[in-house]
Amino acid sequence: MEKFGYAQSQKYDTYAARLLPREEFFTPGHRACQGCGEALAVRWVCKAIGKDAIIAHATGCMEIVSSGLPQTSWMHPWIHVAFENTAAVASGIETALKVLERKGKLRGPRPKVVAMGGDGGTSDIGLQALSGAMERGHDFTYICWDNEAYMNTGIQRSSSTPYGAMTTTSPPGKLSIGQRTWKKNMVHIAVAHGIPYVATASPSYVFDLYFKVRKALETPGPAYIHVLSVCPTGWRSPTDMSVRLGRLAVETGVFPLYEVVHGRYRLTVEVPKLRHVRDYLRLQGRFRHLRDADIELIQRHTRAEYELLLEKCQAPFPEFPSMASSEEPELEAGG
Amino acid sequence: MAPKTAAARRLGMEVSIAVSHAVKLARAETIAAYPITPQTHIVEYLSTLVANGELDAEFINVESEHSAISTCIGMSAAGARTYTATSSQGLALMNEILYIASAMRFPIVMTVANRALSAPLSIWNDHSDIMGARDIGWIQMFVENGQEAFDHTIMAFRIAENHEVLLPVIVNLDGFILSHVVEALEMVDQDTVDQFLPPYVPRHRLDPNQPVTMGAFALPEIYPEVKMSHQMALAGSYHHILQVWEEWAEITGRRYRPLETYRSEGAKILLLTMGSLSEVAEIAVDELREQGEPVGLLKLRLWRPFPVEDLRRAVAGAELLIICDRALSLGGVGGPVMSEVRSVLYPLASRPATVGYIIGLGGRDVNPAAFKDMVARAREEARRPTAEFHLYGVRG
Ligand SMILES: Cc1ncc(C[n+]2csc(CCOP(=O)(O)OP(=O)(O)O)c2C)c(N)n1
Ligand code: SF4
Ligand SMILES: [Mg+2]
Repeated sequence: MEKFGYAQSQKYDTYAARLLPREEFFTPGHRACQGCGEALAVRWVCKAIGKDAIIAHATGCMEIVSSGLPQTSWMHPWIHVAFENTAAVASGIETALKVLERKGKLRGPRPKVVAMGGDGGTSDIGLQALSGAMERGHDFTYICWDNEAYMNTGIQRSSSTPYGAMTTTSPPGKLSIGQRTWKKNMVHIAVAHGIPYVATASPSYVFDLYFKVRKALETPGPAYIHVLSVCPTGWRSPTDMSVRLGRLAVETGVFPLYEVVHGRYRLTVEVPKLRHVRDYLRLQGRFRHLRDADIELIQRHTRAEYELLLEKCQAPFPEFPSMASSEEPELEAGG
Repeated sequence: MAPKTAAARRLGMEVSIAVSHAVKLARAETIAAYPITPQTHIVEYLSTLVANGELDAEFINVESEHSAISTCIGMSAAGARTYTATSSQGLALMNEILYIASAMRFPIVMTVANRALSAPLSIWNDHSDIMGARDIGWIQMFVENGQEAFDHTIMAFRIAENHEVLLPVIVNLDGFILSHVVEALEMVDQDTVDQFLPPYVPRHRLDPNQPVTMGAFALPEIYPEVKMSHQMALAGSYHHILQVWEEWAEITGRRYRPLETYRSEGAKILLLTMGSLSEVAEIAVDELREQGEPVGLLKLRLWRPFPVEDLRRAVAGAELLIICDRALSLGGVGGPVMSEVRSVLYPLASRPATVGYIIGLGGRDVNPAAFKDMVARAREEARRPTAEFHLYGVRG
């Protein structure tokens, strides 16, 4: 049976939440802010990863809220080294596991290797290490928690901060609109490395997120998943609106959910009629200073990007490569 | 000195290749490195050994030294015996992660082929690179020749992996002067090394069967205690280092000490050097001794942990200690070695006068005549000090 193949992921899109694993790997008691979309994403991603994995995590919110000595929220074997080198640390883990397996020194099957980092740790300071790891073809999955700024250090702009957003280092003023640059497209950068699996995901679409993580893990070689993670503290949004905002990002076309398998694109969540970006921006204090004309500019830019993406999705999408395995998916087993 | 085992063979080879052989004999399992002159021959040769299947290891060509040491941390954390090598700018680029490697107690072994730091760019030898990494919390030692480079590379794994130690080790060897020179070396065979160095058994590793969190952060309530335990481990490694060196002496007949002495008995004037310049200084000492001058030499092998008591014992009876640094602490009170040596001597009731020279920066040659000249000048200087320290032989 094809495990977590493309077809199955479609099937499970319609399944009920009770079928997802109950076991928690990112345990309660951590210090994330109320309504943190990033912590929600971590929780679901860790469920999808399952037990047999090792996680390397970059410095950033999710590391800091979860790992104050002598406590930890992580049930996985987990390592944090620094801010910009997580992909390199993961490269080392993956390499060592390969040798140790060859030498018969592993207890049990070779664990999956997952690296995690924020948008700053990924698209700015950690880009070189990530590029190196993707280029070398390590068998690992990199997951970027994109909350669109350096939240851990107090909401400074990153290259992933969207145009017009107010952050503490891109404040709007007489001479500035706030963030003056358009969001760096990490997904395109990952795709340009020719790696087999790249996807965007959101904890507001749990099934989509869950199966993308499974696919990424099952794909041999590097995989990259870019997760939009609503941050009420940094986005100046109501704490009970995080899931809603995640959906609006998709419904307005600001953050389309898609996957790129061996260079071929496919929307995984289709939006029949896009909403105006205004519906998304107006819920967030970081865009409060924008005038209607600014919002129109963002609307045009968003639509243009979306059109380009749709064009890419026109090309035939390959059958998801067979990931033959005798194991039953955890989903069916666990329930 | 005659080796005790019949296993030893003498072979002429470049020191970098000897170091690679030592890494192979140590059965390193994972290597991550980035090329930089003059470390390149080591990693090139290791790549070949791995490519030929002579060393059953994985060699990862990372995209920077920052990633080299980070990758090594991942390798070591997963439980593999791990090696890397670098130099100069590469070591400087690693700096941030070097502290983390030792604080998280990963027994990585690294060769540093010592080289000057930019600017101006210089590929030649001095100790600026490693002095910039003085406080990284690693065990650090200097070697004087190819044989020592070979021996200490193997011993470094044994020291690092001791569960009472669990600290990374740097073996410093002078770039070009050692790394690129061909020497006759006594090899040790695989069986002997296998007996001396059993397979690495990690105390903790990343393993889903026994999950641990590594690299958690610390609040002020706990940070100083963690640092204290690191300090205790590094200081405490001294005895384990001595034990390993002693065992090696029993196998090979080659005995190493934290502070080596050369004709220092009864010496009124002592030179203190590190690394390959020690052999040059020995020539000067011989010549001066022939002229009846009471001159001897101290060679600082172990740099971290600092052999405080060894030094205090070694200077007993000396009137003048001439400290030769190969790095400049810009704007400071002298070379880093001189500053530390003076601090070590300060509490002594009777101690020699000290004169500090900064020599051989950026590969500037230092010959035996220079050492003799330094001795002559230092006598004057000790009587009537003119400066805190001197850049020797530099045009003003
Ligand atoms: C080399 C280095 N530079 C800067 C920092 C300070 N720093 C720690 S976390 C962080 C921002 C993290 O931002 P991001 O990666 O987006 O993660 P988030 O906290 O937003 O989840 C910064 C700038 C650091 N730890 N290391
Ligand atoms: S600052 Fe944002 S990302 Fe960080 S813990 Fe708080 S809500 Fe989550
Ligand atoms: Mg961020």
